[in-house]
Amino acid sequence: MLYKSTKNFLLTAFALLVLIPCSIVVLGTFKTDGEIYSTPLALPKTWTLDNFRTLFDSGGLITPFKNSVIVAVFSVFFTLLLASMAAYAIARSMTISGKVLFFLFTLGLAIPGQVNIIPIYVLFVKLNLTNSLTGLVLVNIALTLPISIFILSAFFKDLSKEMFEAASIDGAGHWRIFRSVALPLCRPAMGATGIFLFVICWNDLLYPLMLISELSKKTLPLILIDYRGEYFSSFSMLFTAIFVASIPMVIMYLFFQKSFIAGITAGAVKG
Amino acid sequence: MAMPAFLIYAFLYLYPSVSNLWNSTKRWDGVLPPEFIGARNFTYLATNDDLFLKVLGNNIRFALVVVILQTSFSLLFATFLLKNTKTTIFLRVVYFFPTILSSVSVGLIWLFLYNPNYGLINATAKKIGVMQDPGINWLGDSRYALYAIAITQVWFHTGQMVVIYVAGLQQIPAELYEAAEVDGASRWQQFKSITWPMALPTTAVVVAYTTIQSFRAFDLVYAMTQGGPSNASDVLVTLIYNTAFASYKFGYASAQSVLLVIMVLLITWLQRRTLRVNYGDK
Repeated sequence: MLYKSTKNFLLTAFALLVLIPCSIVVLGTFKTDGEIYSTPLALPKTWTLDNFRTLFDSGGLITPFKNSVIVAVFSVFFTLLLASMAAYAIARSMTISGKVLFFLFTLGLAIPGQVNIIPIYVLFVKLNLTNSLTGLVLVNIALTLPISIFILSAFFKDLSKEMFEAASIDGAGHWRIFRSVALPLCRPAMGATGIFLFVICWNDLLYPLMLISELSKKTLPLILIDYRGEYFSSFSMLFTAIFVASIPMVIMYLFFQKSFIAGITAGAVKG
Repeated sequence: MAMPAFLIYAFLYLYPSVSNLWNSTKRWDGVLPPEFIGARNFTYLATNDDLFLKVLGNNIRFALVVVILQTSFSLLFATFLLKNTKTTIFLRVVYFFPTILSSVSVGLIWLFLYNPNYGLINATAKKIGVMQDPGINWLGDSRYALYAIAITQVWFHTGQMVVIYVAGLQQIPAELYEAAEVDGASRWQQFKSITWPMALPTTAVVVAYTTIQSFRAFDLVYAMTQGGPSNASDVLVTLIYNTAFASYKFGYASAQSVLLVIMVLLITWLQRRTLRVNYGDK
Protein backbone atom coordinates (compact mmCIF):
# COMPACT_ATOMS: atom_id res chain seq x y z
CA MET A 1 0.00 0.00 0.00
CA LEU A 2 2.69 2.41 1.10
CA TYR A 3 4.72 1.43 -1.97
CA LYS A 4 1.80 2.05 -4.27
CA SER A 5 0.92 5.47 -2.91
CA THR A 6 4.57 6.61 -2.85
CA LYS A 7 4.92 5.43 -6.43
CA ASN A 8 1.79 7.23 -7.58
CA PHE A 9 2.80 10.37 -5.74
CA LEU A 10 6.27 10.46 -7.31
CA LEU A 11 4.99 9.69 -10.79
CA THR A 12 2.36 12.42 -10.59
CA ALA A 13 4.82 14.88 -9.09
CA PHE A 14 7.30 14.48 -11.94
CA ALA A 15 4.56 14.65 -14.56
CA LEU A 16 3.43 17.96 -13.02
CA LEU A 17 7.01 19.15 -12.90
CA VAL A 18 7.18 18.68 -16.67
CA LEU A 19 3.70 19.94 -17.47
CA ILE A 20 3.58 23.05 -15.27
CA PRO A 21 6.47 24.97 -16.86
CA CYS A 22 5.18 24.03 -20.32
CA SER A 23 1.67 25.22 -19.45
CA ILE A 24 3.06 28.50 -18.15
CA VAL A 25 4.65 29.08 -21.54
CA VAL A 26 1.55 28.18 -23.54
CA LEU A 27 -0.79 30.21 -21.33
CA GLY A 28 1.71 33.04 -21.23
CA THR A 29 1.54 33.55 -24.98
CA PHE A 30 -2.03 34.85 -24.49
CA LYS A 31 -1.30 37.00 -21.44
CA THR A 32 0.18 40.35 -20.54
CA ASP A 33 3.42 40.51 -18.57
CA GLY A 34 1.57 41.56 -15.43
CA GLU A 35 -0.66 38.51 -15.58
CA ILE A 36 2.29 36.18 -16.17
CA TYR A 37 4.04 37.48 -13.07
CA SER A 38 1.05 37.55 -10.75
CA THR A 39 -0.84 34.43 -11.86
CA PRO A 40 1.41 32.37 -14.13
CA LEU A 41 -0.79 29.28 -14.06
CA ALA A 42 -4.23 30.85 -14.30
CA LEU A 43 -6.13 30.98 -17.56
CA PRO A 44 -5.75 34.35 -19.29
CA LYS A 45 -8.45 36.87 -18.31
CA THR A 46 -8.99 37.68 -21.94
CA TRP A 47 -7.55 35.51 -24.66
CA THR A 48 -5.67 37.80 -27.02
CA LEU A 49 -3.22 37.22 -29.81
CA ASP A 50 -1.52 40.56 -29.19
CA ASN A 51 1.81 38.95 -28.34
CA PHE A 52 1.89 37.06 -31.63
CA ARG A 53 0.85 40.20 -33.48
CA THR A 54 3.63 42.25 -31.88
CA LEU A 55 6.27 39.65 -32.69
CA PHE A 56 5.13 39.01 -36.25
CA ASP A 57 4.44 42.66 -37.08
CA SER A 58 8.00 43.52 -36.23
CA GLY A 59 8.85 40.78 -38.73
CA GLY A 60 11.51 39.48 -36.42
CA LEU A 61 10.45 35.86 -36.25
CA ILE A 62 9.58 34.99 -39.83
CA THR A 63 13.07 35.09 -41.33
CA PRO A 64 14.73 33.02 -38.56
CA PHE A 65 11.88 30.52 -38.79
CA LYS A 66 12.48 30.19 -42.52
CA ASN A 67 16.24 29.92 -41.98
CA SER A 68 15.79 27.18 -39.38
CA VAL A 69 13.52 25.24 -41.74
CA ILE A 70 15.99 25.55 -44.61
CA VAL A 71 18.99 24.54 -42.51
CA ALA A 72 17.22 21.60 -40.83
CA VAL A 73 15.59 20.23 -43.98
CA PHE A 74 18.72 20.37 -46.15
CA SER A 75 20.99 19.09 -43.37
CA VAL A 76 18.74 16.11 -42.67
CA PHE A 77 18.18 15.31 -46.33
CA PHE A 78 21.85 15.30 -47.29
CA THR A 79 22.99 13.56 -44.13
CA LEU A 80 20.48 10.75 -44.66
CA LEU A 81 21.42 10.43 -48.32
CA LEU A 82 25.18 10.38 -47.76
CA ALA A 83 24.99 8.30 -44.57
CA SER A 84 22.74 5.63 -46.08
CA MET A 85 25.05 5.26 -49.08
CA ALA A 86 28.10 5.00 -46.86
CA ALA A 87 26.39 2.67 -44.37
CA TYR A 88 25.24 0.39 -47.17
CA ALA A 89 28.73 0.24 -48.66
CA ILE A 90 30.29 -0.43 -45.25
CA ALA A 91 27.74 -3.07 -44.27
CA ARG A 92 28.14 -4.98 -47.51
CA SER A 93 31.88 -4.70 -47.81
CA MET A 94 34.07 -7.52 -46.55
CA THR A 95 37.31 -5.77 -47.38
CA ILE A 96 39.77 -4.19 -45.01
CA SER A 97 39.10 -0.73 -46.45
CA GLY A 98 35.46 -1.02 -45.37
CA LYS A 99 36.57 -1.77 -41.82
CA VAL A 100 39.08 1.07 -41.81
CA LEU A 101 36.44 3.45 -43.10
CA PHE A 102 34.03 2.37 -40.39
CA PHE A 103 36.71 2.86 -37.75
CA LEU A 104 37.44 6.37 -39.03
CA PHE A 105 33.75 7.24 -38.84
CA THR A 106 33.44 5.87 -35.30
CA LEU A 107 36.32 8.17 -34.30
CA GLY A 108 33.85 10.97 -34.90
CA LEU A 109 31.58 9.44 -32.26
CA ALA A 110 34.35 9.61 -29.69
CA ILE A 111 35.55 13.15 -30.43
CA PRO A 112 32.94 15.68 -29.32
CA GLY A 113 31.98 17.98 -32.20
CA GLN A 114 32.14 21.03 -29.92
CA VAL A 115 35.93 20.96 -29.81
CA ASN A 116 36.15 21.67 -33.52
CA ILE A 117 34.75 25.19 -33.24
CA ILE A 118 38.09 26.93 -33.70
CA PRO A 119 39.39 25.04 -36.78
CA ILE A 120 35.93 25.17 -38.37
CA TYR A 121 35.73 28.91 -37.75
CA VAL A 122 39.17 29.53 -39.23
CA LEU A 123 38.40 27.31 -42.22
CA PHE A 124 35.01 28.91 -42.84
CA VAL A 125 36.43 32.41 -42.70
CA LYS A 126 38.92 31.36 -45.39
CA LEU A 127 36.20 29.74 -47.51
CA ASN A 128 33.83 32.67 -47.02
CA LEU A 129 31.24 30.37 -45.44
CA THR A 130 30.49 32.45 -42.37
CA ASN A 131 27.06 34.13 -42.36
CA SER A 132 25.92 31.47 -44.78
CA LEU A 133 23.15 28.91 -44.39
CA THR A 134 25.12 26.60 -46.70
CA GLY A 135 27.94 26.75 -44.18
CA LEU A 136 25.60 25.70 -41.38
CA VAL A 137 24.25 22.83 -43.48
CA LEU A 138 27.80 21.63 -44.21
CA VAL A 139 28.73 21.72 -40.51
CA ASN A 140 25.56 19.87 -39.58
CA ILE A 141 26.21 17.17 -42.17
CA ALA A 142 29.79 16.65 -41.00
CA LEU A 143 28.80 16.58 -37.32
CA THR A 144 25.92 14.14 -37.70
CA LEU A 145 27.40 11.77 -40.32
CA PRO A 146 29.25 9.52 -37.82
CA ILE A 147 26.22 8.77 -35.64
CA SER A 148 23.92 8.36 -38.66
CA ILE A 149 26.30 5.93 -40.35
CA PHE A 150 26.66 4.04 -37.10
CA ILE A 151 22.89 3.60 -36.66
CA LEU A 152 22.18 2.84 -40.31
CA SER A 153 25.03 0.40 -40.87
CA ALA A 154 23.88 -1.61 -37.84
CA PHE A 155 20.50 -1.74 -39.52
CA PHE A 156 21.89 -2.77 -42.94
CA LYS A 157 23.96 -5.53 -41.33
CA ASP A 158 20.77 -7.04 -39.91
CA LEU A 159 19.12 -7.27 -43.34
CA SER A 160 19.40 -10.73 -44.81
CA LYS A 161 22.27 -11.21 -47.23
CA GLU A 162 20.22 -13.60 -49.41
CA MET A 163 18.04 -10.76 -50.56
CA PHE A 164 21.00 -8.78 -51.84
CA GLU A 165 22.52 -11.89 -53.38
CA ALA A 166 19.27 -12.72 -55.16
CA ALA A 167 19.12 -9.20 -56.57
CA SER A 168 22.73 -9.48 -57.59
CA ILE A 169 22.09 -12.76 -59.44
CA ASP A 170 19.22 -11.08 -61.25
CA GLY A 171 21.82 -8.73 -62.62
CA ALA A 172 21.25 -5.67 -60.46
CA GLY A 173 24.29 -3.49 -59.84
CA HIS A 174 25.27 -1.94 -56.49
CA TRP A 175 23.31 1.22 -57.17
CA ARG A 176 20.24 -0.64 -58.27
CA ILE A 177 20.29 -2.90 -55.18
CA PHE A 178 20.81 0.09 -52.93
CA ARG A 179 17.91 2.02 -54.45
CA SER A 180 15.39 -0.76 -55.00
CA VAL A 181 16.16 -3.20 -52.19
CA ALA A 182 18.11 -1.63 -49.35
CA LEU A 183 16.49 1.82 -49.16
CA PRO A 184 12.85 0.68 -49.13
CA LEU A 185 13.66 -1.87 -46.43
CA CYS A 186 15.29 0.63 -44.13
CA ARG A 187 12.56 3.24 -44.32
CA PRO A 188 11.65 2.94 -40.59
CA ALA A 189 15.30 3.26 -39.54
CA MET A 190 15.72 6.24 -41.87
CA GLY A 191 12.59 7.85 -40.42
CA ALA A 192 13.76 7.49 -36.84
CA THR A 193 17.27 8.69 -37.69
CA GLY A 194 15.84 11.60 -39.67
CA ILE A 195 13.78 12.78 -36.72
CA PHE A 196 16.77 12.49 -34.43
CA LEU A 197 18.83 14.59 -36.84
CA PHE A 198 16.05 17.12 -37.28
CA VAL A 199 15.88 17.75 -33.53
CA ILE A 200 19.65 18.26 -33.38
CA CYS A 201 19.77 20.64 -36.33
CA TRP A 202 16.67 22.58 -35.29
CA ASN A 203 17.94 23.16 -31.76
CA ASP A 204 21.66 23.72 -32.27
CA LEU A 205 23.11 26.91 -30.83
CA LEU A 206 26.91 26.67 -30.69
CA TYR A 207 27.83 26.61 -34.38
CA PRO A 208 25.24 29.19 -35.52
CA LEU A 209 26.36 31.44 -32.65
CA MET A 210 29.92 31.26 -33.86
CA LEU A 211 29.32 31.41 -37.62
CA ILE A 212 26.32 33.71 -38.02
CA SER A 213 26.22 37.37 -37.09
CA GLU A 214 24.02 38.86 -39.83
CA LEU A 215 20.43 39.24 -38.69
CA SER A 216 19.03 37.95 -41.99
CA LYS A 217 20.86 34.60 -41.57
CA LYS A 218 20.04 33.90 -37.93
CA THR A 219 18.24 30.72 -36.91
CA LEU A 220 15.60 30.45 -34.17
CA PRO A 221 17.90 29.57 -31.22
CA LEU A 222 20.06 32.59 -32.08
CA ILE A 223 17.05 34.88 -32.22
CA LEU A 224 15.86 33.54 -28.87
CA ILE A 225 19.26 34.46 -27.42
CA ASP A 226 18.87 37.96 -28.91
CA TYR A 227 15.38 38.23 -27.43
CA ARG A 228 16.73 37.23 -24.05
CA GLY A 229 18.63 40.51 -24.03
CA GLU A 230 16.02 42.58 -25.83
CA TYR A 231 12.94 41.46 -23.88
CA PHE A 232 14.69 40.67 -20.67
CA SER A 233 11.80 41.81 -18.56
CA SER A 234 9.03 40.82 -20.94
CA PHE A 235 8.31 37.14 -20.60
CA SER A 236 5.14 37.42 -22.67
CA MET A 237 7.37 38.08 -25.70
CA LEU A 238 9.91 35.42 -24.72
CA PHE A 239 7.22 32.80 -24.16
CA THR A 240 5.57 33.59 -27.47
CA ALA A 241 8.91 33.28 -29.25
CA ILE A 242 9.63 29.98 -27.47
CA PHE A 243 6.18 28.77 -28.47
CA VAL A 244 6.72 29.61 -32.13
CA ALA A 245 10.22 28.07 -32.11
CA SER A 246 8.98 24.84 -30.54
CA ILE A 247 5.72 24.30 -32.36
CA PRO A 248 7.10 22.30 -35.35
CA MET A 249 8.84 19.87 -32.98
CA VAL A 250 5.78 19.56 -30.77
CA ILE A 251 3.47 18.82 -33.69
CA MET A 252 5.90 16.25 -35.06
CA TYR A 253 6.22 14.73 -31.59
CA LEU A 254 2.45 14.39 -31.22
CA PHE A 255 2.22 12.57 -34.54
CA PHE A 256 5.34 10.43 -34.43
CA GLN A 257 5.97 9.82 -30.70
CA LYS A 258 7.27 6.33 -31.29
CA SER A 259 9.79 7.26 -33.98
CA PHE A 260 10.84 10.29 -31.94
CA ILE A 261 11.53 8.30 -28.82
CA ALA A 262 13.15 5.47 -30.79
CA GLY A 263 15.29 7.82 -32.88
CA ILE A 264 16.50 10.07 -30.09
CA THR A 265 17.28 7.21 -27.74
CA ALA A 266 19.06 5.18 -30.41
CA GLY A 267 21.16 8.25 -31.09
CA ALA A 268 21.94 8.59 -27.41
CA VAL A 269 22.75 4.96 -26.69
CA LYS A 270 24.91 4.45 -29.74
CA GLY A 271 26.53 7.85 -29.56
CA MET B 1 29.52 4.79 -52.40
CA ALA B 2 31.00 5.77 -49.09
CA MET B 3 33.24 8.36 -50.71
CA PRO B 4 31.00 11.48 -50.73
CA ALA B 5 30.23 11.01 -47.03
CA PHE B 6 33.87 10.34 -46.25
CA LEU B 7 35.14 13.41 -48.08
CA ILE B 8 32.84 15.78 -46.19
CA TYR B 9 33.59 14.03 -42.92
CA ALA B 10 37.34 14.05 -43.50
CA PHE B 11 37.38 17.70 -44.52
CA LEU B 12 35.02 19.06 -41.83
CA TYR B 13 35.53 16.67 -38.92
CA LEU B 14 38.78 14.70 -39.04
CA TYR B 15 40.92 17.51 -40.43
CA PRO B 16 39.64 20.07 -37.86
CA SER B 17 40.22 17.58 -35.04
CA VAL B 18 43.80 17.02 -36.15
CA SER B 19 44.46 20.71 -36.73
CA ASN B 20 43.25 21.33 -33.18
CA LEU B 21 46.22 19.30 -31.96
CA TRP B 22 48.55 21.29 -34.16
CA ASN B 23 47.01 24.66 -33.16
CA SER B 24 47.42 23.81 -29.49
CA THR B 25 51.17 24.24 -29.89
CA LYS B 26 50.80 27.81 -31.14
CA ARG B 27 50.43 31.29 -29.80
CA TRP B 28 47.78 32.72 -32.08
CA ASP B 29 45.24 35.54 -31.96
CA GLY B 30 43.41 34.34 -35.07
CA VAL B 31 44.64 37.28 -37.14
CA LEU B 32 48.45 37.44 -37.14
CA PRO B 33 50.38 34.33 -38.24
CA PRO B 34 50.59 31.73 -35.45
CA GLU B 35 53.86 31.28 -33.59
CA PHE B 36 55.08 27.82 -32.52
CA ILE B 37 55.59 27.59 -28.75
CA GLY B 38 55.72 23.83 -28.14
CA ALA B 39 53.92 22.60 -25.03
CA ARG B 40 53.88 26.01 -23.34
CA ASN B 41 50.06 26.31 -23.60
CA PHE B 42 49.71 23.06 -21.71
CA THR B 43 52.24 23.86 -19.00
CA TYR B 44 50.53 27.21 -18.48
CA LEU B 45 47.13 25.50 -18.31
CA ALA B 46 48.33 23.02 -15.72
CA THR B 47 50.34 25.36 -13.50
CA ASN B 48 49.25 28.97 -13.92
CA ASP B 49 45.65 29.16 -14.93
CA ASP B 50 43.37 29.47 -11.90
CA LEU B 51 40.36 30.17 -14.09
CA PHE B 52 40.82 26.92 -16.00
CA LEU B 53 41.08 24.93 -12.78
CA LYS B 54 38.01 26.66 -11.41
CA VAL B 55 36.01 25.92 -14.57
CA LEU B 56 37.23 22.32 -14.63
CA GLY B 57 36.04 22.03 -11.01
CA ASN B 58 32.70 23.59 -11.99
CA ASN B 59 32.29 21.13 -14.81
CA ILE B 60 33.11 18.15 -12.60
CA ARG B 61 30.61 19.32 -9.97
CA PHE B 62 28.02 19.94 -12.69
CA ALA B 63 28.60 16.44 -14.09
CA LEU B 64 28.39 14.83 -10.63
CA VAL B 65 25.09 16.51 -9.75
CA VAL B 66 23.53 15.75 -13.13
CA VAL B 67 24.76 12.15 -13.26
CA ILE B 68 23.67 11.29 -9.73
CA LEU B 69 20.24 12.93 -9.88
CA GLN B 70 19.42 12.04 -13.46
CA THR B 71 20.51 8.41 -13.16
CA SER B 72 18.72 7.74 -9.88
CA PHE B 73 15.52 9.50 -10.96
CA SER B 74 15.41 7.74 -14.29
CA LEU B 75 16.10 4.32 -12.78
CA LEU B 76 13.41 4.91 -10.17
CA PHE B 77 10.82 6.05 -12.71
CA ALA B 78 11.77 3.27 -15.12
CA THR B 79 11.08 0.63 -12.45
CA PHE B 80 7.67 2.27 -11.93
CA LEU B 81 6.93 2.46 -15.65
CA LEU B 82 8.22 -0.95 -16.65
CA LYS B 83 4.98 -2.55 -17.80
CA ASN B 84 3.39 -1.37 -21.01
CA THR B 85 -0.02 -0.03 -20.05
CA LYS B 86 -1.88 3.03 -21.31
CA THR B 87 -0.89 5.02 -18.22
CA THR B 88 2.79 4.10 -18.27
CA ILE B 89 3.10 4.80 -21.98
CA PHE B 90 1.37 8.15 -21.51
CA LEU B 91 3.70 9.07 -18.63
CA ARG B 92 6.77 8.08 -20.64
CA VAL B 93 5.59 10.34 -23.46
CA VAL B 94 5.09 13.21 -20.99
CA TYR B 95 8.47 12.68 -19.30
CA PHE B 96 10.22 12.53 -22.64
CA PHE B 97 8.64 15.76 -23.86
CA PRO B 98 11.33 18.27 -22.69
CA THR B 99 13.94 16.35 -24.73
CA ILE B 100 12.46 17.65 -27.98
CA LEU B 101 12.74 21.31 -26.93
CA SER B 102 15.84 23.34 -27.68
CA SER B 103 18.29 24.02 -24.88
CA VAL B 104 17.74 27.73 -25.43
CA SER B 105 13.97 27.40 -24.94
CA VAL B 106 14.45 25.28 -21.83
CA GLY B 107 17.00 27.76 -20.50
CA LEU B 108 14.63 30.70 -21.01
CA ILE B 109 11.71 28.84 -19.39
CA TRP B 110 13.82 28.18 -16.31
CA LEU B 111 15.05 31.77 -16.36
CA PHE B 112 11.43 32.60 -15.55
CA LEU B 113 11.01 29.86 -12.92
CA TYR B 114 14.21 30.97 -11.15
CA ASN B 115 13.43 34.69 -11.27
CA PRO B 116 13.98 36.03 -7.75
CA ASN B 117 10.96 38.36 -7.77
CA TYR B 118 8.11 36.70 -9.60
CA GLY B 119 9.51 33.29 -10.60
CA LEU B 120 7.38 30.28 -9.73
CA ILE B 121 9.99 28.75 -7.39
CA ASN B 122 10.44 31.73 -5.11
CA ALA B 123 6.78 32.72 -5.29
CA THR B 124 5.74 29.24 -4.14
CA ALA B 125 8.44 29.07 -1.47
CA LYS B 126 7.33 32.43 -0.09
CA LYS B 127 3.68 31.46 -0.14
CA ILE B 128 4.24 28.32 1.92
CA GLY B 129 6.54 30.25 4.20
CA VAL B 130 9.89 28.55 3.69
CA MET B 131 11.48 31.65 2.16
CA GLN B 132 11.55 35.28 3.27
CA ASP B 133 11.83 38.36 1.10
CA PRO B 134 13.91 39.21 -0.90
CA GLY B 135 14.38 35.52 -1.70
CA ILE B 136 17.21 33.67 -3.35
CA ASN B 137 18.59 34.93 -6.65
CA TRP B 138 19.24 31.44 -8.00
CA LEU B 139 21.05 32.33 -11.20
CA GLY B 140 22.59 35.58 -9.97
CA ASP B 141 24.21 34.12 -6.86
CA SER B 142 27.56 32.46 -7.41
CA ARG B 143 26.75 29.85 -4.75
CA TYR B 144 23.69 28.54 -6.58
CA ALA B 145 23.98 29.33 -10.30
CA LEU B 146 25.82 26.16 -11.35
CA TYR B 147 23.48 23.89 -9.42
CA ALA B 148 20.43 25.71 -10.71
CA ILE B 149 21.57 24.96 -14.26
CA ALA B 150 22.31 21.35 -13.30
CA ILE B 151 18.72 20.96 -12.05
CA THR B 152 17.46 22.37 -15.34
CA GLN B 153 19.59 19.84 -17.21
CA VAL B 154 18.09 17.04 -15.10
CA TRP B 155 14.57 18.27 -15.90
CA PHE B 156 15.56 18.42 -19.57
CA HIS B 157 16.89 14.88 -20.02
CA THR B 158 15.53 12.59 -17.30
CA GLY B 159 12.69 11.45 -19.56
CA GLN B 160 15.13 10.35 -22.24
CA MET B 161 17.07 8.27 -19.70
CA VAL B 162 13.80 6.78 -18.42
CA VAL B 163 13.13 5.46 -21.92
CA ILE B 164 16.63 3.97 -22.16
CA TYR B 165 16.25 2.34 -18.75
CA VAL B 166 12.79 0.95 -19.56
CA ALA B 167 14.22 -0.69 -22.69
CA GLY B 168 17.04 -2.16 -20.60
CA LEU B 169 14.86 -3.34 -17.71
CA GLN B 170 12.34 -4.96 -20.03
CA GLN B 171 15.10 -7.39 -21.06
CA ILE B 172 15.18 -8.85 -17.54
CA PRO B 173 13.25 -12.18 -17.58
CA ALA B 174 9.97 -11.89 -15.68
CA GLU B 175 10.56 -15.37 -14.17
CA LEU B 176 13.27 -13.91 -11.94
CA TYR B 177 10.77 -11.60 -10.29
CA GLU B 178 8.15 -14.35 -10.08
CA ALA B 179 10.62 -16.67 -8.35
CA ALA B 180 11.65 -13.92 -5.95
CA GLU B 181 7.99 -13.21 -5.21
CA VAL B 182 7.41 -16.91 -4.39
CA ASP B 183 10.40 -16.81 -2.05
CA GLY B 184 8.81 -13.86 -0.27
CA ALA B 185 11.40 -11.27 -1.29
CA SER B 186 10.40 -7.67 -0.57
CA ARG B 187 10.37 -5.02 -3.31
CA TRP B 188 13.60 -3.58 -2.01
CA GLN B 189 15.25 -7.03 -2.01
CA GLN B 190 14.01 -7.63 -5.55
CA PHE B 191 15.45 -4.32 -6.64
CA LYS B 192 18.76 -4.96 -4.87
CA SER B 193 19.30 -8.52 -6.08
CA ILE B 194 17.62 -8.55 -9.49
CA THR B 195 16.96 -5.11 -11.00
CA TRP B 196 20.18 -3.36 -9.98
CA PRO B 197 22.68 -6.07 -11.04
CA MET B 198 20.77 -6.92 -14.22
CA ALA B 199 20.51 -3.24 -15.14
CA LEU B 200 24.23 -2.53 -14.71
CA PRO B 201 25.03 -2.55 -18.44
CA THR B 202 22.25 0.00 -19.01
CA THR B 203 23.49 2.02 -16.05
CA ALA B 204 26.97 2.08 -17.57
CA VAL B 205 25.52 3.45 -20.82
CA VAL B 206 23.36 6.04 -19.03
CA VAL B 207 26.18 7.20 -16.75
CA ALA B 208 28.72 7.44 -19.56
CA TYR B 209 26.31 9.26 -21.87
CA THR B 210 25.24 11.69 -19.14
CA THR B 211 28.84 12.36 -18.09
CA ILE B 212 29.93 13.05 -21.65
CA GLN B 213 26.86 15.27 -22.23
CA SER B 214 27.80 17.21 -19.10
CA PHE B 215 31.30 17.85 -20.39
CA ARG B 216 29.86 18.94 -23.75
CA ALA B 217 27.35 21.30 -22.11
CA PHE B 218 27.19 24.71 -23.71
CA ASP B 219 23.74 25.81 -24.92
CA LEU B 220 21.96 25.71 -21.58
CA VAL B 221 24.72 27.55 -19.73
CA TYR B 222 25.02 30.15 -22.46
CA ALA B 223 21.26 30.73 -22.51
CA MET B 224 20.85 30.96 -18.74
CA THR B 225 23.94 32.71 -17.29
CA GLN B 226 26.62 32.88 -20.00
CA GLY B 227 28.90 31.39 -17.35
CA GLY B 228 28.32 34.06 -14.72
CA PRO B 229 28.25 35.45 -12.13
CA SER B 230 32.05 35.81 -12.15
CA ASN B 231 32.58 32.43 -13.88
CA ALA B 232 30.66 30.58 -11.17
CA SER B 233 28.69 28.61 -13.76
CA ASP B 234 31.30 28.49 -16.52
CA VAL B 235 31.90 25.03 -17.97
CA LEU B 236 34.64 23.83 -20.32
CA VAL B 237 32.94 24.52 -23.65
CA THR B 238 31.78 28.01 -22.62
CA LEU B 239 35.33 28.67 -21.46
CA ILE B 240 36.80 27.43 -24.76
CA TYR B 241 34.29 29.54 -26.67
CA ASN B 242 35.17 32.67 -24.71
CA THR B 243 38.91 32.05 -24.81
CA ALA B 244 38.69 31.88 -28.59
CA PHE B 245 35.99 34.37 -29.51
CA ALA B 246 36.06 36.89 -26.65
CA SER B 247 39.78 36.88 -25.76
CA TYR B 248 41.10 35.86 -29.21
CA LYS B 249 43.52 33.29 -27.83
CA PHE B 250 43.03 30.67 -30.51
CA GLY B 251 46.07 28.56 -29.66
CA TYR B 252 45.30 28.52 -25.98
CA ALA B 253 41.65 27.63 -26.61
CA SER B 254 42.85 24.77 -28.84
CA ALA B 255 44.95 23.42 -25.98
CA GLN B 256 41.86 23.53 -23.74
CA SER B 257 39.92 21.65 -26.44
CA VAL B 258 42.60 18.97 -26.62
CA LEU B 259 42.30 18.41 -22.86
CA LEU B 260 38.52 18.15 -23.22
CA VAL B 261 38.90 15.51 -25.95
CA ILE B 262 41.29 13.52 -23.77
CA MET B 263 38.81 13.61 -20.87
CA VAL B 264 35.91 12.50 -23.04
CA LEU B 265 37.97 9.68 -24.59
CA LEU B 266 38.98 8.57 -21.10
CA ILE B 267 35.34 8.39 -19.99
CA THR B 268 34.38 6.43 -23.12
CA TRP B 269 37.26 4.04 -22.56
CA LEU B 270 36.31 3.54 -18.90
CA GLN B 271 32.73 2.75 -19.88
CA ARG B 272 33.81 0.22 -22.52
CA ARG B 273 36.19 -1.39 -20.04
CA THR B 274 33.56 -1.68 -17.30
CA LEU B 275 31.19 -3.32 -19.73
CA ARG B 276 33.81 -5.71 -21.05
CA VAL B 277 35.12 -6.74 -17.63
CA ASN B 278 31.66 -7.44 -16.26
CA TYR B 279 29.69 -8.68 -19.21
CA GLY B 280 31.98 -9.65 -22.05
CA ASP B 281 32.09 -7.48 -25.15
CA LYS B 282 28.62 -7.62 -26.62
